[in-house]
Amino acid sequence: MTATLPPQTGAAGASAEPPPAASRPALAQDWRRLVRMGAVGAVAQVFIALSNMPVRLDERVIVKPVLSLGYLTLLIVPFAAGHRVGHQVKREGMAVHAAGAHEMAGGAACGAVAGGGLSLLAVLLANFDLREPLVNWSPMLAELLAFGNATWFAVVIWLVIGAAVGALGGALRLLGPRTRRAVVTMALAVGGAAVLEPLVVDLAEGMRLEALTDWLYARRGGINWTSALGLAAASGILAVLGRGRIQQARTHIAALEGAQRTRTNGLLILATAAVLIVLPLFAGKLTNELLANVGLFVLLALGLNVVVGLAGILDLGYVAFFAVGSYSAAVLTAATSPRINPELPWLAALIVVVIITGLVGLFIGAPVIRMRGDYLAIVTLGFGEIIRLLFLSDWLSGWFGGSQGITKIPGAGIFGLTSVAGTDPRRVFYLVLAFCALAIYVSWRLERSRLGRAWMAVREDETVAEAMGINTVNVKLLAFVVGAVLGSFSGAIFSAKVGSVFPNSFLILVSIVILVVVIFGGMGNIVGVIAGSAVLIGVLGGPKQPGLLAEFSEFKLLIYGALLIWMMLARPEGLIPSVRRSRELHQQEMAQDAWLKGQVEDDNHDDGSSGPQAAPAT
Amino acid sequence: MSAANGTPPAPSTGSAANGNGRRPLLETRNLSVDFGGLHALDGLDFEVHEGEIVSVIGPNGAGKTTLFNAITATVEVAAGDIVFEGASLLGLDPNRVTARGIARTFQNVRLFANMTVLENVMVSQHCRTRQHAFGALFYTPSFRREETEIRERAEKVLSFFGSRLVGYRFDQPAFTLSYANRRRLEIARAMATQPKLILLDEPVAGMNPVESAELTGMIGRLRDEWGFAIVVIEHHMDVVREVSDRVVVLDHGTKIAEGDYAEVSTDPRVIEAYLGHGAETS
Ligand SMILES: Nc1ncnc2c1ncn2[C@@H]1O[C@H](COP(=O)(O)OP(=O)(O)OP(=O)(O)O)[C@@H](O)[C@H]1O
Ligand SMILES: [Mg+2]
Repeated sequence: MTATLPPQTGAAGASAEPPPAASRPALAQDWRRLVRMGAVGAVAQVFIALSNMPVRLDERVIVKPVLSLGYLTLLIVPFAAGHRVGHQVKREGMAVHAAGAHEMAGGAACGAVAGGGLSLLAVLLANFDLREPLVNWSPMLAELLAFGNATWFAVVIWLVIGAAVGALGGALRLLGPRTRRAVVTMALAVGGAAVLEPLVVDLAEGMRLEALTDWLYARRGGINWTSALGLAAASGILAVLGRGRIQQARTHIAALEGAQRTRTNGLLILATAAVLIVLPLFAGKLTNELLANVGLFVLLALGLNVVVGLAGILDLGYVAFFAVGSYSAAVLTAATSPRINPELPWLAALIVVVIITGLVGLFIGAPVIRMRGDYLAIVTLGFGEIIRLLFLSDWLSGWFGGSQGITKIPGAGIFGLTSVAGTDPRRVFYLVLAFCALAIYVSWRLERSRLGRAWMAVREDETVAEAMGINTVNVKLLAFVVGAVLGSFSGAIFSAKVGSVFPNSFLILVSIVILVVVIFGGMGNIVGVIAGSAVLIGVLGGPKQPGLLAEFSEFKLLIYGALLIWMMLARPEGLIPSVRRSRELHQQEMAQDAWLKGQVEDDNHDDGSSGPQAAPAT
Repeated sequence: MSAANGTPPAPSTGSAANGNGRRPLLETRNLSVDFGGLHALDGLDFEVHEGEIVSVIGPNGAGKTTLFNAITATVEVAAGDIVFEGASLLGLDPNRVTARGIARTFQNVRLFANMTVLENVMVSQHCRTRQHAFGALFYTPSFRREETEIRERAEKVLSFFGSRLVGYRFDQPAFTLSYANRRRLEIARAMATQPKLILLDEPVAGMNPVESAELTGMIGRLRDEWGFAIVVIEHHMDVVREVSDRVVVLDHGTKIAEGDYAEVSTDPRVIEAYLGHGAETS
């Protein structure tokens, strides 16, 4: 009866691919699909060009002197189109042919069509006055497209570039899985080194490793092309040598159970903590500022994750709690607060802040929480805005300073030992880190408790949860309050860090960005939420905070949107999904697998025993 | 609550206990439920005694599920009263009704599909357990004790179904279960709320004859071993004959007959109601 798990004969057998047939001739293309995809690419190209991204981002060099971020934004589309057009749908019974010249030719043609969009744009720019309706692009665009030459050159060169890049994209399909992995690693290494440049330079300075960065980076930014080659080669070799090991270690850890698992996890957490504690010591102001900003958003995202990810309450007004936390901390600690100014020490104020925000959470939550789904989302959106407008209003300006806000907020004093203020971002980071650890602990413990299970049940089916004896109003309200309190920590640190609070620091945009971080990272998963903040806030930047690619700041929302759309299409469960979320999204496939497995199990099972499930005589 | 420590209430004396003369466990008086102009329940008097298995039958749309919904406070009662252990249930939230000791299953199986089998049963002990955020955050001894208890009780409840829902199935998401197992898990979930009365809405619908016969036996055991009073809505007459101490027949929201299976199955009004609606009476 203790059925040993049989090998997944069913599932594995069914999905075994037939050996691919010979590759197709280069010109046997699906031309309609190819042109359609190319045209989409061309439209995207023109859109990107007219958004002025290429010109603005041209200043940021990636590989000196061949590639800037601006040109990269133009190259990425034909590359993606060229790669995508060679995609073969794999279905039962459909012939799959081997990749070959066909893919490269198709990619080149598709890329050329996409690049043709820019050729066309160059012609239009030269002959018509497009300034009137389209105001964003700058005159330098034409120059950039033509590489400083005449218009005909732009026309030809973008067809050629498109074809070349598209062919490369197609060629990616020719590589075996190992080679492809190595190539991707190389690209990631070079791209990562370029993106992380300010951070690496800063850290290297702290560690006295200037020699390394001098070799790697050009004086005015960007990786030297020779160093880029070196870096690519090194990472490629490492990828080939090390890949198997990482995979092995991962499966090894995943297979661990019980006490061993706990120990490994503990070690991993300790190691991460050690890095996070030691790293800022070597880092300069810039890196620490960045880390502190990311940390603040991690804290906010962890709070929202309790509400959205665990309890399934779509709260679009989360910024309200951030605002209440910031303002109440400001009022309690700043001497300049207009009406009441008890000038409490920060930690004492924090206790009051938590109570106030918790009460506000209850106050907002009580009427809202009985609603469901879309209605709830819209009402929370409204409340988020109401809170900001209250702080802005003349009516309360005697308390909160209206649009002038509250300024000269002192730093956060910790037991009189140190004072944490924005002038020393390293201390801010450590403070944020401590609170992040607290927030992680809270969400981790709550998720694995009676309360966490009740949240899960409410998320699954509120009516049934209620029928199973769960007071859904109470547990949802509690999620709301826990989220509010975690958000208020972030707010209290924020006001001490920045030293001032204004109503327009708490726009709806902040709610949206936090939500995007949670969705992008992986709703319901702590690691995912952290990864989401690191990528979005760290690289692109927060609503007002610059990220590593500070040049992106004015295109941030555009890129957020594009990333979010891509994520929803390609990987709706997020960067690092929670097990449960992937279950929800891939129920069908998983149910099939489990069903196949169950068939095998039950067969074994029925052979072995006849006792318990034999029908009682009637 | 005698069941709070995990031991089921003492088994009742058996099928003879329909408790004439004693106060019923559950009683509806003149119960009416309206949907717009439709009287889904129309002045229904209905009672269940401790340790009793009552079947509710009737053609489609007779108001059987509506009766369950009214008892569990998921639809609004237009008139009349529902009394459980001497106290009215009217005006309570559904979760309070469950806490009072009434659990149910759903006609169209409604599990927490993405939670595991074990979690489904664990979460259903919510109203019988106390630990809150504080215990979870500080990992107090009482929190740990209660978690172990919840888990053990869940395993015990699941093992009631033999080997169907145990072992590797503990950790499988509920949506991977076969249809029959989903119905079993729904019953397990109801058991886990530690009720005095279980309402089963067509528990064998969609099962094959063997599974159906097996579950029929289990309904009897639920009463004999666990001491639950049970109300079953069922269309399969062999199941009704097998399990019921008493059969209540509904049509158009009113009770048209009541008695043991033999009486009811020969009652001309019942036959008329079924034939008149053309429903199956196998
Ligand atoms: N939420 C509702 N809104 C409106 N009408 C409803 C609602 N629920 C049930 N009804 C109506 O009330 C009547 C009784 O429905 P009920 O579900 O109780 O029937 P039933 O006896 O359980 O039937 P079945 O054997 O098909 O399950 C039906 O006419 C049904 O259409
Ligand atoms: Mg029904």
